[in-house]
Amino acid sequence: MTNIETIIQRHAGDPTRLLDMLRDVQAARGCVDRVSRAALAKALRMSEADVEGIVSFYHFFSRTPAGRYAVYLNTNVIAWMNGRAAVARAFEREAGVRFGRTAPDGLIGLFQTSCIGMNDQEPSAVINGVVFTRLTEAKVKDIVAGMRAGRPAAELVGELGDGANQHALVRAMVANNIRAAGPVVFGPHEPGRGLRKAVGLTPEAVIAEVKASNLLGRGGAGFPTGLKWDFCRREKGDRHYVVCNADEGEPGTFKDRVILTERPGLLFEGMAVAGYAVGAAEGILYLRAEYAYLKPYLESVLDGLRREGLLGKGAAGKAGFDFDIVIKLGAGAYICGEESALIESAEGKRGEPRDRPPFPVQVGYLNEPTIVNNVETLCCAARIMAEGAAWFKSMGTAKSAGTKLLSVSGDCERPGVYEVAFGLTVRQLLDMAGAPGAAAVQVGGPSGSCIGPDGFKRAICFGDLPTGGSIMIFGPERDLLEVVRGFMEFFVEESCGWCVPCRAGNVLLLRKLEKVLDGKGNARDLEELVAWGAVVKTTSRCGLGQTSANPILTTLANFRGLYEARLRSGADADAVLDFDLAAAMEASCRAAGRPIPSPEAHHG
Amino acid sequence: MAEIKLTIDGKPCTARPGQTILEAAKASGIYIPALCHYEGLKPSGSCRICTVKVNGRPAAACTQPVAEGLVVETATPELEDMRRALVEMLFVEGNHFCPSCEKSGNCELQALAYRFGMLVPRFPYQWSVREIESVSPRLLMEHNRCIQCRRCVEAIRTPDGRRVFAAQERSGRLRIGVDPELAAGLDEDTARKAMAICPVGAILYKEVGFAVPIGRRKYDRSPIGSDIETK
Amino acid sequence: MSKPVIATASLAGCFGCHMSLLDIDDRILKLIELVEFHKSPIDDIKTFTKPCDIGLIEGGCCNHENVEVLRSFRKHCKTLVAVGECAVMGGLPALRNGIPIKDCLEEAYLRTPTTEGNTVIPNDEELPVILDKVYPCHEIVKVDAFLPGCPPSADLIWEALTALLEGRPLKLTYDLIKYD
Ligand SMILES: Cc1cc2nc3c(=O)[nH]c(=O)nc-3n(C[C@H](O)[C@H](O)[C@H](O)COP(=O)(O)O)c2cc1C
Ligand code: SF4
Ligand code: SF4
Ligand code: FES
Repeated sequence: MTNIETIIQRHAGDPTRLLDMLRDVQAARGCVDRVSRAALAKALRMSEADVEGIVSFYHFFSRTPAGRYAVYLNTNVIAWMNGRAAVARAFEREAGVRFGRTAPDGLIGLFQTSCIGMNDQEPSAVINGVVFTRLTEAKVKDIVAGMRAGRPAAELVGELGDGANQHALVRAMVANNIRAAGPVVFGPHEPGRGLRKAVGLTPEAVIAEVKASNLLGRGGAGFPTGLKWDFCRREKGDRHYVVCNADEGEPGTFKDRVILTERPGLLFEGMAVAGYAVGAAEGILYLRAEYAYLKPYLESVLDGLRREGLLGKGAAGKAGFDFDIVIKLGAGAYICGEESALIESAEGKRGEPRDRPPFPVQVGYLNEPTIVNNVETLCCAARIMAEGAAWFKSMGTAKSAGTKLLSVSGDCERPGVYEVAFGLTVRQLLDMAGAPGAAAVQVGGPSGSCIGPDGFKRAICFGDLPTGGSIMIFGPERDLLEVVRGFMEFFVEESCGWCVPCRAGNVLLLRKLEKVLDGKGNARDLEELVAWGAVVKTTSRCGLGQTSANPILTTLANFRGLYEARLRSGADADAVLDFDLAAAMEASCRAAGRPIPSPEAHHG
Repeated sequence: MAEIKLTIDGKPCTARPGQTILEAAKASGIYIPALCHYEGLKPSGSCRICTVKVNGRPAAACTQPVAEGLVVETATPELEDMRRALVEMLFVEGNHFCPSCEKSGNCELQALAYRFGMLVPRFPYQWSVREIESVSPRLLMEHNRCIQCRRCVEAIRTPDGRRVFAAQERSGRLRIGVDPELAAGLDEDTARKAMAICPVGAILYKEVGFAVPIGRRKYDRSPIGSDIETK
Repeated sequence: MSKPVIATASLAGCFGCHMSLLDIDDRILKLIELVEFHKSPIDDIKTFTKPCDIGLIEGGCCNHENVEVLRSFRKHCKTLVAVGECAVMGGLPALRNGIPIKDCLEEAYLRTPTTEGNTVIPNDEELPVILDKVYPCHEIVKVDAFLPGCPPSADLIWEALTALLEGRPLKLTYDLIKYD
């Protein structure tokens, strides 16, 4: 068994690398037990309570043994639509343990996890860091048999996916499913061209070019990239940082995974361009734990770039520009996609958002000026430097220049990644994806909006239907309100818990929604959903809570009839419908061994 | 240093650079209800009760810095209702049986509810299952009442800076964990400070409580914030 | 004109709120002049024989009989008032709400230091059935007004009653709202 001290030394006893240490401890010991926490606390001069706080924040760390094989089965709505229930049952049957537990022999643990970025190939699971996609009962049988035979998880992977998924350092069964390769991210690109052009200019000129391109952030919020870089460059600090947000946690998006698999060089080039522009020497790729299987491959790409002189001392031949990139892994927490939470996490802490202002461009990683950009944004930046702002602006709409990668999943014939020019209508996208009969489309993930056919003429772009890329399609046979419930469960689980409206309010919204779904609601409950949703939205501290009520609010706006059909008809608006006397009596009658009286039998 | 001019609820106010809206309002005799905020501590912005509108956009007054020309609204009916909703959320999220609480009458959560005239929360009680922990010879932790404001996390440290209280878990499972070893080593003053800094009755110094008779406790006679308003 | 009719009941409460009602001192004489008491422990009338104007409920619901009494109050009273912490939020009895009822019953009847021999959890049909948890009144029927406090002060009860009788909104001055 690996000794804790060795692990601590491996990471230089550096507290900002605590997550790496925890990851190693988890892998070596199957959990981060009390002894390890105490040793880490001592070495890093923290309290044990603090270390436990960090361990318990992340999904992929556990305080009790998670099993020699820890299975994390994806639980998002698309997985359910693709037969997750049967797969889950098969896992329980074969492994002989229920979800949420580890088998008594310590071999297999079964756990649920939120979207792992495989929506176009569900049901999927992560087992000891290895991704398994398109699971079926038969596959589960084989996998569990392999575990019982003691084979490493990587050996249990069946057929490999396409493209670089077959690379010797990846060997993943994940498929890219690139359905439409557009000119920007998937277009032909001569490696290094964008960076070489950039370093031939002044940093100010690079920023001017990016500004001129009208590039807006692709991570969801759409902040002008050039402006962000400009703010950061102007800040005084000991060192500036470039952080690439590869946390890709919004349910339904997986396009960053495909970029990381097929265009990592372009991404790293974009990071170097950004580094040159803002005056940074260090870039950090914050990679979600679910994509850890890509890390060795990405490291090899970085090595290649260093060999080619595109990274490292005097990068791209520019004297004094010593830019390099490190990869930091997350550990399973959606909130770590929020830029300030990501920074906290990258510093080895709980991934809890910070208050803003100050913004990361002012006070970011290690309190230094930092830009955080999405994977796709940085790729666009490299391409803009290579081909020019005018070229970029010639695509898309006036307000939304360029192309957008869309991750399309759900009820359609061709789920996968589409690189399309901004301005495409939802209807056009549905035609491309083969979903003529779609009844509803969730644009922008759970935090975006759910639209019906009368909204399909709307355009995908900032100003109309903005999206970080997640597009989930639901056919007419789907129960949309069950989808809403799934999304709310996601937000309840993924709230960091820092602020009251998000931590407590989302639970109350979910309970209220369940009341309506159970047929125990009346018109007042719908009013309260709207009013309570507004409280959560208005008062929450970060983007998670500010958008978490959207599944309810947007379906109430666009599919109100679905809710109304669930209301108790004819019930007086004041009636309390969710108290069930017989149910309330059941447990004590059973404990006392007496029959449950019918409510009329007694009179007080 | 240059003075910053802003208006709060229509009243022209001045502030020093670096002040928060909450501080500026207080200096101008305007009370913005606040709960997690504690003077002298880095604000956590966790309760959101101090939410105001700044140039029409919601922001937490305790963390938002002042800036020239800001137009701040603190007391619109919408904001007051939301503030009250947040207090009500806390009452249903934890288990707050005031009659048996050592802090009753001196509790800031209760005081806000009194100030807002809360008779009953609009939300259903959650009956969350939480425990009472004896965390040291001096301290009790009553998790049922903890509102996770993080004052203790920030304020109570060992001389070498380690946290005695730390946030653990996330989402609705979040709880404030106590380091048993470090808590056992707390000197009497720090232990008493921990109880005093806790806005509710979650951190209890053993063997004290109910010392001040009803009627003479902090919030028995006048509402929380009235000291600021009458200045 | 006949006087407004008041009914009262104590469910899972301790009668403290009823005591507080009596604690309005000499105003009780005025109250007797103003109203007629119907079903109430105060006059020992056990069943509703006519509609009432105001129903005062002390205590939450810990067993099915409480639920039935509460429901019959809702049926017979125009205005229903939850009086005291127990009625409003379950109160002291609700401290058991985090514990499964099976554990509570076993602890009380099978595992106490004073139980010996063959003990059972009482199961006589005449006994009210304990509910899985103690419910605040408004989670079972609609409640029109809430008077918190343990008990609510006599002044608060007086203010509420006079306001209801005069048909005016409650004037809740700061000193009237207390939860302890
Ligand atoms: C809850 C939450 C989750 C987020 N997740 C991601 C993410 O996974 N990837 C991402 O690029 N941005 C995410 N963001 C947006 C980031 O905070 C940030 O705006 C973005 O990384 C900036 O990059 P851009 O300007 O290039 O879009 C998230 C925001 C919130 C509030
Ligand atoms: S809104 Fe939610 S995720 Fe964001 S800080 Fe508040 S609790 Fe955390
Ligand atoms: S124990 Fe008290 S001070 Fe600490 S977080 Fe809880 S309520 Fe706040
Ligand atoms: S006082 Fe400002 S968020 Fe709590």
